[in-house]
Amino acid sequence: MSDTILETEDLTKHYGGVHALESADFVLRKGEHVAIMGDNGAGKSTFVRQITGVEQRTRGKITFMGSEVNFAGPLDAREAGIETVFQTLALADDLDVPDNLFLGREKILVNLGPFSILDYRGMRKATEEGLKKTAVKIPNINNAIRNMSGGQRQCVAIARTATFHSKLTIMDEPTAALGVQETEQVENIIRTLKDNGEPLILISHNMRQVFDLVDRIIVFRRGRMVANLMKEDTDGQDVVAYITGAKTGAEYVGAP
Amino acid sequence: MSEVSSATAEMEAIKKKRHWPPELNALIGLIGIAIIFEILGWAIRDQSFFGSLTRLKIMILQVSIIGIIAVGVTQVIITGGIDLSSGSIVGAAAMISMSFAQIGTYPKAVFIDLGWVDLPIIIPIAIGLGCGLLAGLINGILIAYTKIPPFIATLGMMVSARGVAKWWTKGKPVSFPTDEFAAIGQGMTPVIIFLCVAVLFYLILRYTVYGKHTYAIGSNQDAARMSGINVERHLVLVYTIAGTLAGLAAMVLAARGLTAQSGMGVMYELDAIAMTVIGGVSLAGGRGSVIGTAIGMLIFGVIISGFTFIRLDAFYQEMIKGGIIVAAVVADVYRQRRRAMES
Ligand SMILES: Nc1ncnc2c1ncn2[C@@H]1O[C@H](COP(=O)(O)OP(=O)(O)OP(=O)(O)O)[C@@H](O)[C@H]1O
Ligand SMILES: [Mg+2]
Repeated sequence: MSDTILETEDLTKHYGGVHALESADFVLRKGEHVAIMGDNGAGKSTFVRQITGVEQRTRGKITFMGSEVNFAGPLDAREAGIETVFQTLALADDLDVPDNLFLGREKILVNLGPFSILDYRGMRKATEEGLKKTAVKIPNINNAIRNMSGGQRQCVAIARTATFHSKLTIMDEPTAALGVQETEQVENIIRTLKDNGEPLILISHNMRQVFDLVDRIIVFRRGRMVANLMKEDTDGQDVVAYITGAKTGAEYVGAP
Repeated sequence: MSEVSSATAEMEAIKKKRHWPPELNALIGLIGIAIIFEILGWAIRDQSFFGSLTRLKIMILQVSIIGIIAVGVTQVIITGGIDLSSGSIVGAAAMISMSFAQIGTYPKAVFIDLGWVDLPIIIPIAIGLGCGLLAGLINGILIAYTKIPPFIATLGMMVSARGVAKWWTKGKPVSFPTDEFAAIGQGMTPVIIFLCVAVLFYLILRYTVYGKHTYAIGSNQDAARMSGINVERHLVLVYTIAGTLAGLAAMVLAARGLTAQSGMGVMYELDAIAMTVIGGVSLAGGRGSVIGTAIGMLIFGVIISGFTFIRLDAFYQEMIKGGIIVAAVVADVYRQRRRAMES
C-alpha cells in the first residue's frame, strides 16, 4: 500500500438536508492521473473541498501519503503538499500575479509576525521562473488580476499550483474558461506533471481532454461515485451512460 | 488581423490603467479645488488664499486630528468594511484618559483621586490608547466571529461608546491636564503625530504581510480564506488598529483644547470616511492607500478653510460638505461599475 498517495473512505458531506457527497471511497496511486466527471451538481467540487480542508466533512476518513489527515484549513493541505486550482480560482482581483501566487505563504525578508516585511523581489523572481516552467504567458505580471482576461486569470491560478513542488495536484475544471491555445497550454502543464511522476486529480466536463490526459476515470452522480473505469476499458459513450445514470458500475450495483 | 489589433488595444488600455491610480485623480482634484479658492480669494476678498502661512497652518491642524482617525478607517475600508464608531471612541477615550491626566491638585471630575500627585504621563496615554484598542477589539470580534455586518457592529459601538463618554463623569467636562499631557496637542504636534501615523501605516500597508492580507481580504474574502489567510484574526487586528488610532486622536484633541467633553468627536467618523473615499479608497474594498487618504484629508481641509475664507456661512458649509461626501461615494460607485463592466 506504500504506493498510495491519497485514499478516502466513506467520505461524506451533507449541507443540511443536501447530501452533496455520499460515502466516497477513492484511491489515488503514485504518479497516477485520475479524472472525475459528472453532471453539474454531482458533487465533484464538494469532494475536492473535503480533501483540501476548505470545508469540514460530515464523516469519513482521509489518508494522505500514508497517514490519516484532518486538515483544519486549505493552508494545512497546501503545507502537506496538496496544490489545488479551485473552480472559483480563489484569486484576489486587486493584487498582481506574484502577490496572488504567494498569497498566504509570502516570502519574507524580516520576520515581525503579522507585520513581517515582504520579499517582493524574491516573489517576483520565483513567479517569473514558475511562469517559465509552465510556459504561461502573462503580458505584465505587475498588473492587477482584475485587468486580465478570463484565460489569463485561469493561467495564473494554474501557474500558482505549478510553481510549488507538490505531492498532489488537484484541478477543478481548469480549462472551463479557456480558448483553444490556452487549453493546450494547460494540457501541456498536465503532461509535464505526468512526465515528472506527479499525481493529479482532474475535474473536467471535456471528454476528449479526459481521454487524452488521464489513466482512470471516476464518475460521480448525485453525490455518489458510480463508476471507476480504466481508460483502456471504456469509451466516451460508456462514460456518458454512467454520467446520465443509464448505467451503473458493477461494484456499485445494489448500492442504495 | 482585427484580433491582433484588439489585443494590442487591450494591452494599451491595461498600461493606461496601470499608470492612473485613483490617488492621482484625488491629487488633480486637490489642485483644482485649490486653484478655485485662490481665484475666489482674489475675486471676493482681493487677497491670496494660499498667501497666508497662518491660514495654511490652521487648515492642516484642523484636519490632521481627523486624519489620524482616517488612517485607521482607510484600513477598515480596504478590507471591505466600515467603521462608524470612531467619533464616539474619540469621545469616550478623551474623557477617560483626560481624567487620568488632570493636575493632581485640581478637584477630580471622577472618583479617581490619588491625592496631590500628578500621574506620570504614560498612564493617561496608555489608558487613552487602551480605550480605543478595547473598543476596536470588540468591533473586530463582533464582525469577524458573529458575522454581523460591520455597519451594524460599529453602529452599536457608536451609540455605546458615546454612552460611556457621558457616563464617565455624568456629563461633566474634564479639564486642567498636566502640561506634559497638554503638550500632545499644542503647536504643530498634532500634524507631526498625523505624519508619523500616516507614514508608518503607508509603509505597513505597502511592505508587510499585514498590508497584503488587508488588500486580499477586501479584494476577495473567499480567495483570501482559501489561500490560508486567517481572515477572522486579521479583521480583528484591523478594527483594533482603527480603534487604537481613534484613541490616539482623542488624546490629541483633548490636549489641544485642554478639556474633554462627552460630545467630542461627534460626526468625526463621517469626516474620516469622507476623507478616505475622496482619496480614492474604494468602499467595495481592495483598493486605495494612505497617500490617497492624506490627499483626501487635504481636499477636505482646503474646502473647509476655503469656505471660511470666502466667508460662507457655516450652514452652507455643512450643506456643501454633505454634498461632497455623497459626490465622492457616487464617484466610487461609478468607478466600481465601470470596472465591473470592463472585466
Ligand atoms: N455551501 C453549500 N451549501 C449548500 N449546498 C451546497 C453547497 N455547496 C454545494 N452545494 C450543493 O451540493 C451539490 C454538489 O455541488 P458541487 O459544487 O460539488 O457540484 P459539482 O459536481 O462540482 O458541479 P459543477 O460541475 O457544476 O461544478 C449541489 O447540489 C450544490 O447545490
Ligand atoms: Mg464544481
